[in-house]
Amino acid sequence: MTEHTETILDASAVERTLRRMAGEIVEANGGTDNLVIVGIQRRGVQLADRIVALINASDGVAVPRGALDITLYRDDLQTIGPRPVVGSTELPGSIDGCNVVIVDDVLFTGRTIRAALDELADFGRPARIELAVLIDRGGRELPIQPDIVGKKVAARAGDRVDVQVHEIDGQSAVVLVSKRFE
Amino acid sequence: MTAAAPLGKDLLGLEPLSGEQISLILDTAEPFKEISERAIKKVPTLRGSTVVNLFFENSTRTRISFEFAEKRLSADTVNVSSTGSSVSKGETLVDTARNLEAMRIDMVVIRHGSSGAAKFLAGRIESNVINAGDGTHEHPTQGLLDLLTLRDHFKRIEGLRVCICGDVLHSRVARSNIWGLRKLGAEVAVCGPRSLMPNAIDEMGVTVFSRIEEAIEWADALNILRLQLERMTAGYIPSLREYNRVFGVTRERLERAPRDVLILHPGPMNRGVEIDSDVADGPHSVILPQVTNGVAVRMAVLYLLSGGRPELAESAKAGKGGA
Repeated sequence: MTEHTETILDASAVERTLRRMAGEIVEANGGTDNLVIVGIQRRGVQLADRIVALINASDGVAVPRGALDITLYRDDLQTIGPRPVVGSTELPGSIDGCNVVIVDDVLFTGRTIRAALDELADFGRPARIELAVLIDRGGRELPIQPDIVGKKVAARAGDRVDVQVHEIDGQSAVVLVSKRFE
Repeated sequence: MTAAAPLGKDLLGLEPLSGEQISLILDTAEPFKEISERAIKKVPTLRGSTVVNLFFENSTRTRISFEFAEKRLSADTVNVSSTGSSVSKGETLVDTARNLEAMRIDMVVIRHGSSGAAKFLAGRIESNVINAGDGTHEHPTQGLLDLLTLRDHFKRIEGLRVCICGDVLHSRVARSNIWGLRKLGAEVAVCGPRSLMPNAIDEMGVTVFSRIEEAIEWADALNILRLQLERMTAGYIPSLREYNRVFGVTRERLERAPRDVLILHPGPMNRGVEIDSDVADGPHSVILPQVTNGVAVRMAVLYLLSGGRPELAESAKAGKGGA
């Protein structure tokens, strides 16, 4: 069995996709008033930073950005072996009445987003929560759907979709890793 | 991503841990600080777990700190103290714990007057055991919160000079501090009357100062131990006034130091004995941040020891980190 890797988006395609998503976020919210962009640790945070920068470039507004680590809200904590590392959670002030856009790299089972919704509810009562993901790979286990999608990828159950960001991986790309029998 | 060096079933002391494991606990404590600053100070992590706080010695700060940590992780908690329980009717420690286990508990936090009590219990029950102070042996979560407070302030532990002052002989806090600081690369000294120093203390790899002025001149931080007042009647020190005059940490003494010396104290303080009020409430005191950090460190320990039942792990594999 060998690993087959295929680049789905290269650096410039990632940039174009994020620019379109940033535009869609502003459009869907009728501007940037009350908008808060919240990235999910780890790579959702970098993507959220990029979207905030792109909105700033196009609309001249610095939208507040938060980071959410959902580890302590996972539904499988009682069963998984070594404890996962917990990242930092920081929200830019109150989210009561805000339009919150959750940003994540890959949407798969939907369990991360379920956890994120629970965690956000502990911080306040937003007027609305939307979900923006760079990649939707299918395979949902919960009734959760994205509002804004960078790209849909038909990945099979054993495949892996790796989103790479400059800050962590040294380059910007989306790669599909699949196992093939030769 | 998973933690590199898990802790095992119990936390009995800092002596059995590696520097890497201690750093893992401190790193894990960082994100837990934020939870206590939220309006809703609670995460669902230990929902459904039952933790028993089994305190055979009096304690306010440690017991409440553990209880806050447990509740902020959504665990169910029960407090058992030696007075008003079957312990006062002569039941043994193991029988008490086994009866609690028969009611399906998950963790025990134990404080006991005998050194080694936590280890004794850990070998005889299935639940995770956390040592909240055993005799004159160790008080690992106090050591950890002291380390976290030092690291917050200095941004490092390695190379720091920390002097532990006072009744080292009877102090489990001193032992946990010495082990933890040494494993993370700090230089450690002790200072106090000869009658309150254990024999062969230098074999723990620490410098011994007999004068507090020398310790203050040397140190980046002082961890000032509580003088347990019952020691005076036992003849270890001549009088409280004399102790304060010779070993008390005063503003005048600190002002002569070549650098600002950070002041730690595990509480409860005897103001005017081992520490003067000017120092305890002064600009270099981190005594209250220590208390705040205590909750975060205990949350980290509970989190790292809990769950992870491998027999259920197989059925729980859900793709890439549940994305």
